[in-house]
Amino acid sequence: MSLKVSNLSFSYGNKHALDRVTFELSPGFTALLGPNGAGKSTLYALLTRLITTTGAQISVAGHDLQTAPRAALGAMGVVFQQPTLDLDLTVSQNLRYFMALHGLHGRTARDRMDAALTRLDMAERAHEKVRKLNGGHRRRTELARALLHNPQVLLLDEPTVGLDAASREAITAHVHALAAGGMTVLWSTHLTDEVRPEDQLLILHRGALLAQGTAADITQGRPLKDHFLSVTGAEV
Amino acid sequence: MNWLAPFCAIVAREGLRFVHQRERFVSALVRPLVWLLVFAAGFRAALGLSITPPYQTYITYETYIVPGLCGMVLLFNGMQSSLSLVYDREMGSMRLLLTAPVPRWWLLLSKLVGSTLISITQVYAFLGIAALFGIDVDPLGYVAVFPALFVAGLMLGALGLALSSFIKQLENFAGVMNFVIFPMFFLSSALYPLWKMAESSELLHDICAANPFTHAVELIRFALYAELNLPALGWIVLALVVFGGLALWGYDPARGMARKRG
Repeated sequence: MSLKVSNLSFSYGNKHALDRVTFELSPGFTALLGPNGAGKSTLYALLTRLITTTGAQISVAGHDLQTAPRAALGAMGVVFQQPTLDLDLTVSQNLRYFMALHGLHGRTARDRMDAALTRLDMAERAHEKVRKLNGGHRRRTELARALLHNPQVLLLDEPTVGLDAASREAITAHVHALAAGGMTVLWSTHLTDEVRPEDQLLILHRGALLAQGTAADITQGRPLKDHFLSVTGAEV
Repeated sequence: MNWLAPFCAIVAREGLRFVHQRERFVSALVRPLVWLLVFAAGFRAALGLSITPPYQTYITYETYIVPGLCGMVLLFNGMQSSLSLVYDREMGSMRLLLTAPVPRWWLLLSKLVGSTLISITQVYAFLGIAALFGIDVDPLGYVAVFPALFVAGLMLGALGLALSSFIKQLENFAGVMNFVIFPMFFLSSALYPLWKMAESSELLHDICAANPFTHAVELIRFALYAELNLPALGWIVLALVVFGGLALWGYDPARGMARKRG
C-alpha cells in the first residue's frame, strides 16, 4: 500500500477534528470528499507532519512518518490549499528553491524543472514572476513543483479552490492522468463534479470516515451530489 | 540526502528577499544613523564618560554608542525576520519549508544563519557610513567584529525565531516591538555604560547586567578594538542555547504550528 493511515485521531482542545480515521490507498486516484470543516485540512496537516499525534500510524510508500519522517516526506508531493509560492520570485526560482530543499541541484534539477514545466504547458512562463501569473497558472506551477522529486504519493488539499472552470477541469484531468500512470493520489475536495465514477472515494464528515470504495459502488447509481448531500446534510 | 543544498537555498532566499525589499535596507540604516548623528550629538554634552575598557582614552559619546547601534541593527533585524516567519506561516510558504525532508532544526538553523548574514551586511554598511563621519576604529577591529556580530546575530535571531513560534497572528507583532525590542534596547549598555545606570538605580543596573542584549553590545564593543570579552561571549552562548531550544520546542510538530486550523 502506498499510503496507509490507521487509527488517526486529533483534537483542537475539546473539539474532535478527526476520529479514528483508517484507510489504505493503492496507486490511482482517490478523492477525499467532505464538507467544509469535515477535518480534511487537519488530515493533510497530519499526513505532511506539520502536526503530529500519538496512537496513530501513517505510512507513506512503506516509510513510517513517525519513525522515518524524512524518507516519508521525500516520497510525497504536496499541493496545499493555501498558496505556497513566493510571489516575488520567478517560476523557475520557486522551483529551484523547492528542489534544493529536497537535495536536488545542478543538471538533474534543471532537467527535471524543464520537464515538469513542459508537461504543464508552463515552459514559456519560467522566467515570469509569480505575482504576474493568474490563479490557474499559479496552481499549475505548484503542481509542477510537487512532482519535481518524482514522488510516489501526491497529496492535494482542495487544489481547485478559487479557479475558473477551465483551469479546474485542466488540473483535475492532469492529476487523473498522473494517477492512471501509477501515482497514488489523494485529492481532497468538497465539489462532487471533480470525482469520476471509477475513482476511489473517501467521504469524511465531522472527522469520521462515512464511506470508502469506488464512487460508483458507494453511490449505487445515484448522482454523487445527491448521495453526498443525503449522508452529510451539507450544501454542495 | 544532501543537507548543504537546502542550507544554501534557504540562505540564498533570505538574500533574495532582502534584495527585493530595498526599503528594509534603507530603514535598517536610517534608524541607527539618526541615533548616531542626531541623538548622540545632542546627548554628548549631557553625559560624561570616563575611561573604561576597552577604551584607552577619553572617547566621544558617538564612539561609545556605535557598538550599541550595531546591536540595534541586529536586534531589529532579528525581530524583522521573526515577523517574516509569522508572515510566511500566514501565507503558507512556511508549510513548504517544514515539509522538506530535512530535520527541522537544520531548516531553522539555515534560516537563522541566512538572516544573521543579512544583518551583518547591514551592520557593515552602517559602520561604513559612520566611518565617513569620522567615527571609525582600527581596520583590525572591522575584521574582529565579524564573529562577534555573527554569534550575537544568531542569538537575537533565535529569540525572534522563538517569538515567531508563539505569535499566532501578524497583528500581534506590534506587541513584540513594545515588550521586547524597546526594553531590551533601553535596558542595556547600548546607550549608557552600566556604571552610569548603577548611579541611578541598582535594580535597573542588575536588570541591564542580566539582559543578553547588553552582552551582545559588549562583545561587539570589545571586538571592535580586537579584544575578546569572554564573559559576554559566555552569556550570549547561554542565551543562544535557551532561545534556540525554545524555538525548536515552538516549532515541534507535536506542538503543532497549524493547530489553530480546523
